[in-house]
Amino acid sequence: MVFLAALILAFEAYARYDFGGTFILNPYNLQSIAIFAVAPLLLASGQTFVIISGGIDLSLGFIMGLAAVVAAHVVNWATPSLGMPLAVLAGALAGVAIAAVPGLINGLLVARLRVPPFIGTLGMFGVARGVAFLFAGGTVVPVQGNSFFSTLGNGRFHGVPYIVIVTIVFVLVMHYLLTQTRFGQHNYAIGANVQAARRAGINIKSHLTRLYVLSGVCAGLAGVLYSARFNAGAAQAGEPLLLDSVAAVVIGGASLFGGSGTIFGTVAGALVIAVIQYGLVFINVEPFWQFISVGVVIIISVLIDQAQRRFSGGRVDE
Amino acid sequence: MSSAAQETPILEVRNLSKHFGAIQALNGLSMSVHRGEVVALAGDNGAGKTTLIKTISGVFRPSSGAILLNGEPVTFTTPQEARDRGIETIYQDLALADNLSIGANIFLGREPMKRLFGIVPVLDRKAMAEAARATMARLDFHVSRLEAPVSNFSGGQRQAVAIGRAVYWDAQILIMDEPTAALGVPEQRKVIALIHQLKAEGRGVIFISHNLQDIFAVADRIVVLRRGVMAGERRISGTTHDEVVKLMVGGR
Repeated sequence: MVFLAALILAFEAYARYDFGGTFILNPYNLQSIAIFAVAPLLLASGQTFVIISGGIDLSLGFIMGLAAVVAAHVVNWATPSLGMPLAVLAGALAGVAIAAVPGLINGLLVARLRVPPFIGTLGMFGVARGVAFLFAGGTVVPVQGNSFFSTLGNGRFHGVPYIVIVTIVFVLVMHYLLTQTRFGQHNYAIGANVQAARRAGINIKSHLTRLYVLSGVCAGLAGVLYSARFNAGAAQAGEPLLLDSVAAVVIGGASLFGGSGTIFGTVAGALVIAVIQYGLVFINVEPFWQFISVGVVIIISVLIDQAQRRFSGGRVDE
Repeated sequence: MSSAAQETPILEVRNLSKHFGAIQALNGLSMSVHRGEVVALAGDNGAGKTTLIKTISGVFRPSSGAILLNGEPVTFTTPQEARDRGIETIYQDLALADNLSIGANIFLGREPMKRLFGIVPVLDRKAMAEAARATMARLDFHVSRLEAPVSNFSGGQRQAVAIGRAVYWDAQILIMDEPTAALGVPEQRKVIALIHQLKAEGRGVIFISHNLQDIFAVADRIVVLRRGVMAGERRISGTTHDEVVKLMVGGR
């Protein structure tokens, strides 16, 4: 949070100094940052659950691409018969549903076959990527004849983009799921001590399976929103976002060792990344610096996490 | 409760055998635990202590023999079934989720829910904290920070949380594997006091220990195993350290 404020101040100072304008007080910039943050935040909210459980989901980026391609196809295919709004609904449902499939396979691999999450989801990264490109015919799938889809993707309600509203609602639901339900509670327990969770009678296999399905669904929603925003589905839609999703979770205070993390922390993390990325564009730095800066931030966050563990490692005896 | 019922052991095992392939881990063992009785289980490594408690707690199924609860034969296919019948096992490595509060640990896997505004189901954290406070007070452990994760507490307090969970869920038989092993001396005393408390509440306790001092401080009886068979059973009041050691190593 402090980091986020410092970043915003830095960009604000630049704006005032360079051309006497403002960075954060400009509603256009705010909207852009929010839109920038949508997809990484959706991926990261699923990733938060997975990382808290002690796992990681590397396949999210291409699951998102797969969902975007499928959503675009289904909207195109259904528009003539169903009309625009229903076709959009069908496309959105199909995109989210298809994303659940690789999620389910991830879950079964990790939960039943005990494949380490890193390897299982890395394999799924390749599979989802290939399938997404196959579905897309190796190119981008434009949405045709359905202006309603793009209206949803680019429209605004009192200046707030619809996709931002959808994301905010979804993130609140994820926060509820993590903090107020047994599923969330068990997720923390599994991340801290899987043995204890098992002995307490928690069904680990079923939990992990549902967990990776949930993570896939988050990527699916991100894919659907992507194709609505760009009026097209692209297999590579989420390609650069995997790193961002892990970064957002880690910057948000979760530990890659599992057992800790919060959705609101992840929201802050995703905003930090969006501000860095948008801010770098804003001050006219070459876009490739975005990757470098996010990479550096992720490493620093992990170092901070490890240092904190070292210093507070011992139990505090009373 | 009639006096006849009190005489029926709360837990009895009869001729219990367990083999893993050709290895006979437990061979025709019989023992019993009465209400309010603490039975120590001793023996060298590989004597069958762990096999015995895992069979009682439903982790292993016996190859032959019977387990009786209050005189009634039972078979468990999972540890959950044993737990549902009031047999709770407290393992050496404590089986707590370090990042959760005492209450969350007590309720792990069976969290109480309430409804927000009458519709949205949410975890009832207040009920969990209240149960945690009441349970820990009953065990005479007073902790101030009920929302803190249990990683903040000392080894003895964590042991108390594990015992507290069993007590909260009304375990009638507590099986403890080396409950004092990882603790400092003052903490060991507290755990011994806890076992006295459980005894006073009329629960049956089986505990594995290598520490004869602990055994003599708290147990009513000691059962010594050697290579899967009963090497001897003594009332603590009628035996000595030397005799127990001899039973354990086999030099009569």
